[in-house]
Amino acid sequence: MAEPTQVPESYYSDLKSLQAIDFTLVELTLYLDTHPNDLDALKQFNSTAKKSAELREGFEARYGPLRQFGHSLSAYPWQWKDTPWPWQV
Amino acid sequence: MWYYEKKLQYPVRVGICNPKMAKFLIEQYGGADGELAAALRYLNQRYTIPGRVMGLLNDIGTEEFAHLEMIATMVYKLTKDATPEQLKEAGLGEHYVDHGKSVYYHNAAGQNFSMGLQSKGDPIADLYEDIAAEEKARSTYQWIINISDDPQINDSLGFLREREIVHSQRFREAVELLKEEQTKKRVF
Repeated sequence: MAEPTQVPESYYSDLKSLQAIDFTLVELTLYLDTHPNDLDALKQFNSTAKKSAELREGFEARYGPLRQFGHSLSAYPWQWKDTPWPWQV
Repeated sequence: MWYYEKKLQYPVRVGICNPKMAKFLIEQYGGADGELAAALRYLNQRYTIPGRVMGLLNDIGTEEFAHLEMIATMVYKLTKDATPEQLKEAGLGEHYVDHGKSVYYHNAAGQNFSMGLQSKGDPIADLYEDIAAEEKARSTYQWIINISDDPQINDSLGFLREREIVHSQRFREAVELLKEEQTKKRVF
């Protein structure tokens, strides 16, 4: 049985902000897959991707790495394997 | 290849132990029109679909794995504190005997995931299949929401239901794109 994992209340609101902006990117990606010539959507995609990267950097500084296989940096000791995993929070 | 991101696509908050709800939800985990079937179908079809819509199949297939993880998280959280007696009462006695508290790829009736995946190698056949599958999954989410009285679960299920609509829409556009391409070829 996994031990109960505690996160500060701010984790949920910070995570939700990141989920919201990354959802915009998923939605824009699928839209652009079938509307590749929509310049406004493309601009929105590129600016949203920059905002997402900034937000993710702040989130990772507070709660640890989000991305696997070297796409997020780790402090010492190795943080990637740390709980909580998404299904625990 | 793929990279894991250590977050769910959309929040899944579960405040109660409700194994009966988990039994319904598992339909979208290992059922015929569930998220696993969707992910495997699109990522399999993408190899032979015309290049114009390869990216779409690839990206929707990838998103389905994020949905699969959301469903698994709901099932896990709804059952993790259940007693064997509660699981039995919820109709998960057989599941418990075979799998304990593990989540598992079967449908709401307990039938193991079946590889009856539709992948014909014919672009129109595959895309119409995908549109139908998204609409069936949307219906299933609606039926589950209709019999659920858990507002937190229903919030997450509402998100997933909306995604089925968007995927269906994108697949319909893909059909039109391929039809346009075919028409162009005839003109030349």
